[in-house]
Amino acid sequence: MVSTLPLIVERLVKRYDGRPVLDGLSFVIHRGECFGLLGPNGAGKTTTLRCLLGHAVPDAGRIEVLGLCVPDEARKARARIGVVPQFDNLDPDFTVAENLLVYGRYFGLSDAEISRRIPALLEFAGLSARAHASTRTLSGGMKRRLTLARALVNDPELLILDEPTTGLDPQARRLIWDNLARLTREGKTILLTTHFMDEAERLCQRLAIIDAGRIIAEGAPAELIERHAPRRENGCPGNLEEVFLALTGHALRD
Amino acid sequence: MELTWGMLAVWRRNCFVWRKLALPSLLGNLADPLIYLFGLGYGLGAYLPPIAGVPYFAFLATGTVAAATMNAASFEALYSAFARMQVQRTWEGILNAPVSLADIVAGECLWAATKASISGVAILIVIALLGYAQSPWAVLAVPAIFLVGLAFGALGLIATARAPSYDFFMYYFTLFITPMTLVCGVFFPAERLPAAVQAVAAWLPLYHAVALVRPLIFGQWPAEAVWHVIYLVAVTVAAFAVAYRLARRRLLG
Repeated sequence: MVSTLPLIVERLVKRYDGRPVLDGLSFVIHRGECFGLLGPNGAGKTTTLRCLLGHAVPDAGRIEVLGLCVPDEARKARARIGVVPQFDNLDPDFTVAENLLVYGRYFGLSDAEISRRIPALLEFAGLSARAHASTRTLSGGMKRRLTLARALVNDPELLILDEPTTGLDPQARRLIWDNLARLTREGKTILLTTHFMDEAERLCQRLAIIDAGRIIAEGAPAELIERHAPRRENGCPGNLEEVFLALTGHALRD
Repeated sequence: MELTWGMLAVWRRNCFVWRKLALPSLLGNLADPLIYLFGLGYGLGAYLPPIAGVPYFAFLATGTVAAATMNAASFEALYSAFARMQVQRTWEGILNAPVSLADIVAGECLWAATKASISGVAILIVIALLGYAQSPWAVLAVPAIFLVGLAFGALGLIATARAPSYDFFMYYFTLFITPMTLVCGVFFPAERLPAAVQAVAAWLPLYHAVALVRPLIFGQWPAEAVWHVIYLVAVTVAAFAVAYRLARRRLLG
């Protein structure tokens, strides 16, 4: 049966050299929500995203993305997904607008169609004035915004973002948050990984904390705080960071 | 393995970059073979008798077309493709679109062959301007040059898919490309070599490239033309399959 949920992950298992990186991971995302995947380094966040895109084949479990079975129909699924990767991979040889044009071609879009979409994408990224600037001249924040705009070139139903604000200064982070909030308001479904608790608290309607390849807590940020980081003796409310540390331990990971 | 229109989008991307730097790139690809050709062809050629009925310069020039095509395809499939795969993470970006890894490897191979053909054909034009390619049938050398580019593009991509860093490519050139250039009939007929070396040379791809391209430029039908074509097609297909498998192991775990 094809579900209306944009993403279903069931009992996912992935081993590398016999060592389980994903160990029975399950979660679903509802249409139009921003869902956060939190966890310490090495918890399995990036491996999960690789499985969702069909770039890694799980050893067990089931993945359904936008009604399509992954990895079997991964290529079809990717046509309707936008991805912001953890590491910058913009084309340094191209201008800002050319990056969007060339990327749109990978989706089989005609040059005329992409050109029609480019002004709105540049406006969204706040890069209209830099359309013909070389990508090399952009700041870190601008590059991230261009990468986000590039992920929207195919007008995706689902956006996948792997640590979208890692390495950015506070101003640049805020601009990305505004962009993501605008996309959720417009009805896009978003899956993001992060280890910034303030980012998750601000953007995500629901989130899951994963550790050692399985989900150890899941719910709305306020629920998780209520459950795992109760009000302190002085009456101050707890926060998501306390939840995270309470659940994943204080030991250094790597 | 899944090949689609996506491979043309990959080819187009590389072509787009090349067009921005076409002139310096073309000069870079041409300068080296032409310096050797004129230096050795005129300098050394003055002391040498004709080979197989043609002046040494013409003999060397036609061999240079094959060697320059090999070199251009190899550089593109090694250094440039490695930059896109590893350093710039361009492949990673493309894989997030509905393009398969097979499309990317095939697009890279097609592009390496295209860029190599531009070099090979440019030297062919120089030869024609000097009056050594007078038959209109010499245009048949163009598809042969493209096939040579495909074979060396696919072979180079094997090394790229395995390379830990750029340094690795030194081995490819010093252990494979350079010795091949000396034993496959580019500078002198391979028949001059000891029988054992000849036997090995006859199985090297550049040997077939030279055996195909040289007579075609002179307007002659190459001896055993079908065998040379089958050999180069087989190398292309087999090398592509290996390169794809290695790239898969490297990028999609």
